Amino acid sequence: MAVELLSEPGASSAPPTDNPSRRGIVNFVGRRLVHLIGLLVGVALLGFVLMELSPVDPIDAYVGGDAVRLGEEQRALIAERWGLDDPTPERLARWAGNLITGDMGTSTVFNAPVTHVIGERFVASLALLATAWLLSGVLGFVLGLVAAATRGSLLDRSIRWFAYTLASAPTFWVGLLLLTLVAVQLGWAPTSGATPVGLDPAAATLGQRLHHLFLPALTLSVVGIAPITLHTRARAVEVLGSDVVLFARAQGDSGWSLIRHRVVRNAAVPALMLQFASISELLGGSVLAEQVFNYPGLGQATVRAGIQGDVPLLLGIALFATVLVYVGNQMGDIAQRLVDPRVPVFDGGARQ
Amino acid sequence: MSARALSGPGLSIREAGWLPDRRRQAIWTVAALALVLAAVVVAGTLLADVAAKPDLMARRQPPSLAHPFGTDWLGRDLLARTLVGLRLSLMVGTLAAAVSASIALVLSGVAAALGRWMDTAVSWLVDLFLAIPHLILLILVAFALGGGISGVVVAVALTHWPTLTRLLRGEARRVMQSDYVRLSHHLGKPGWWVARHHLVRHLVPQFTVGLILLFPHAILHEAALSFLGFGLPPDSPAIGIILSDSMRELSSGAWWLALLPGFALLAVVKSVDVLGEQLRALTDPRSVHE
Amino acid sequence: MTLLSVEDLSISFVQYERGLRRVRLDVVTGLDLQVATGELVAVVGASGSGKSLLAHAVLGLLPSNAVEGGKILYDGAVLDHDRRGELRGREIALIPQSVTFLDPVARVGKQTAHAARLVGHPKPEQAMIEAFRRRQLPDRVARLYPHQLSGGMARRVLAAIATIGRPRLVIADEPTPGLHEEVVAETLADLRRMADEGTAVVLITHDLEAAVDVADRVAVFYAGTTAEQVDAAAFSGDGRRLRHPYSQALWRALPANDFDPLAGSQPSPDDLPTGCLFVDRCPLAIDECHAARPDPRRVGDSLVRCIRA
Repeated sequence: MAVELLSEPGASSAPPTDNPSRRGIVNFVGRRLVHLIGLLVGVALLGFVLMELSPVDPIDAYVGGDAVRLGEEQRALIAERWGLDDPTPERLARWAGNLITGDMGTSTVFNAPVTHVIGERFVASLALLATAWLLSGVLGFVLGLVAAATRGSLLDRSIRWFAYTLASAPTFWVGLLLLTLVAVQLGWAPTSGATPVGLDPAAATLGQRLHHLFLPALTLSVVGIAPITLHTRARAVEVLGSDVVLFARAQGDSGWSLIRHRVVRNAAVPALMLQFASISELLGGSVLAEQVFNYPGLGQATVRAGIQGDVPLLLGIALFATVLVYVGNQMGDIAQRLVDPRVPVFDGGARQ
Repeated sequence: MSARALSGPGLSIREAGWLPDRRRQAIWTVAALALVLAAVVVAGTLLADVAAKPDLMARRQPPSLAHPFGTDWLGRDLLARTLVGLRLSLMVGTLAAAVSASIALVLSGVAAALGRWMDTAVSWLVDLFLAIPHLILLILVAFALGGGISGVVVAVALTHWPTLTRLLRGEARRVMQSDYVRLSHHLGKPGWWVARHHLVRHLVPQFTVGLILLFPHAILHEAALSFLGFGLPPDSPAIGIILSDSMRELSSGAWWLALLPGFALLAVVKSVDVLGEQLRALTDPRSVHE
Repeated sequence: MTLLSVEDLSISFVQYERGLRRVRLDVVTGLDLQVATGELVAVVGASGSGKSLLAHAVLGLLPSNAVEGGKILYDGAVLDHDRRGELRGREIALIPQSVTFLDPVARVGKQTAHAARLVGHPKPEQAMIEAFRRRQLPDRVARLYPHQLSGGMARRVLAAIATIGRPRLVIADEPTPGLHEEVVAETLADLRRMADEGTAVVLITHDLEAAVDVADRVAVFYAGTTAEQVDAAAFSGDGRRLRHPYSQALWRALPANDFDPLAGSQPSPDDLPTGCLFVDRCPLAIDECHAARPDPRRVGDSLVRCIRA
């Protein structure tokens, strides 16, 4: 009998080997890197083209409102300082060349190397982004499961209504709402900044930082919960209607045991991917949240770069954001493979 | 037929019980919402002057019968400003969504009908645009085009075409693989003929629904751009601008300046969303069962 | 002793069509079935005849938009919704069609042990090992995931899970399509053995030959109704011991017999004829057949719904 089993078509006699060859990993990572580089080239080109086509005079953008008072000589000086007058191919070549060596130019707003600015600002935003990502992911997943488990009930309808409404709400409005309620009316949190006003930022304690982080992080989390909740609910409902759950119920399983054993893991597989993919929306949301709460992070820097015409910084941030989003998506892909035993972790193409 | 296959697009008897007739309800909802949105647009057009009129005697007043939304720091009626702003959002949103959806339709049609190479090129372009976070791309484009209404419309349009393109492309691919299209090819019909006759007929309903569902995002993104300061001139009553101006007044307790216009925007976006969902339910019942 | 008695069961669904119009589907109408302890009854019919729905109904697993009519009796008492929930997995078990009914992200050993825990086994892991050994599954199979199982292994795991609670009634829903001949034979033999040991077994299948081989009695389904319930032995020769014209047609359609298939197809559940459901394809149809659906009556060894039997 045992011999018969092993020789049947479609059988594998042991679990798939989880020890990928060194070559497999290199292949896997290599392919992704190439893809990323391709994307970055595309984004860089897109950015450069946009700037070239822009009707905005770079000097006007840089100087801002005082541009009208600039004399010809001053314009020429500025142009020379920033290399704005050289022919396009030369500028492109020079910029591309710099990029490859890791030099993204100098920010006109902060008067410091772009890489430096991005690095500093990103560290400031990181706490905000990480908190919001974790909170919205966990809460969204749990709410989605609860909604699916109590499908049709008042609780389910409430959760869904809440999520749909949040999905239609402007992020910055939610921020203003929280600002008004919590900071202004109740006075429980500060209204702006990452550290107390007047204090040297380096001297701020962890407690003070957290206090300032609270509202912006809450804003981002609240807005991010909606899509996760709705998606998880949809997936969980799908699983609840599947053959797998039918058989589980036929065995006598029901209620939370059923959810815990059959639904959670099956719903988590696509939810993980979605959560990692939400990094893109999160970055966008952080621009708005930081603006509302005057939080000195990467989002706020983007706005300043845009308003004041800081092209190198703006393009630098675009490239950086592309990398973040790409890495996020890849991590989501890998996480999915780790959780789902049907897919080997280091295979060729990326999973849907 | 398995029980599951049958229960797919069904509705529980309990749910069906309190919905006297889902079809009629959907139609009424669509009609009512369309009417409300039209009213907003009309109101916005008629109140343009009222919205711009300052009344220095009635500055920073909380909501009252005379001014349901209160007044701002120049004494302008906030409800009127909000309505004008909503009209602006709806117009810009419609335009941007229409442009976006058109790009998506053309590109997906081209990708499906004109061969492998075109398909790969379009796919690559979609991936590229999706690789950048929406808001950053918006800022990039809005800045490059120097702001103003055209800047905002183009920026929003360029941000939304990728997702819809992906959807339509999948749909178009399906149509191209189907038997009757293969037959057309065999009979020697050229690519663009096939595109016109078969693709268009199948893609138009998806296109319409996609357009409507794109709409709320377009409105929200326009508001975001205005809020950040890219886009419409600072004295125009775009909701984003009203909200960003209100930030200065918050610490003095003028909560109505931020909350009420934002809430109105939320209501409008939600209305458009619900309208789109009901329309989708009417044309594609498979999406009805949650 | 009759364990399960399904009498005049009907199941309808409400569905949405284009433009959100509602449509009612009468998928099962006038379905009867009697199964005794130690008896293997095969339920035979074409796909769409309502066979799976019967299984789901008995287990209380119909979707919430289903409307049920008629009676189901178990052990002499009416089987209401609550009772179905209590008996599921314990006294009444389902052996599903394929490996797709197993949770793809959990190891089969764990799933089986969980099933044991659900029926109250004090030592679920132990019960799982024994259940596997009883079915000649090597111990290492417990650590496999469903997608790693061969057809035969999957069949045994499904059966192991279903029977781990020592049920009195087992419903096997289409256990044989797409499998090796040897695995089919093994599966059917397993079911026969269960019946011989006192379990009531319902074998749902569209394979009439296999059914007749292993069953005590056969119920012939057509378009959601029971055409006939008769001894398996009646399916022999030219089928003259069969009373319903559809049963005879089914028997004659087999390659081993005349290989003469019946023209036409089953009526659709949203558009059923007012009289006997078989009337459009029946060689014996008369005017009266269009008037009303026939009730089951005893003719010879059969319980048959036909006024011409």
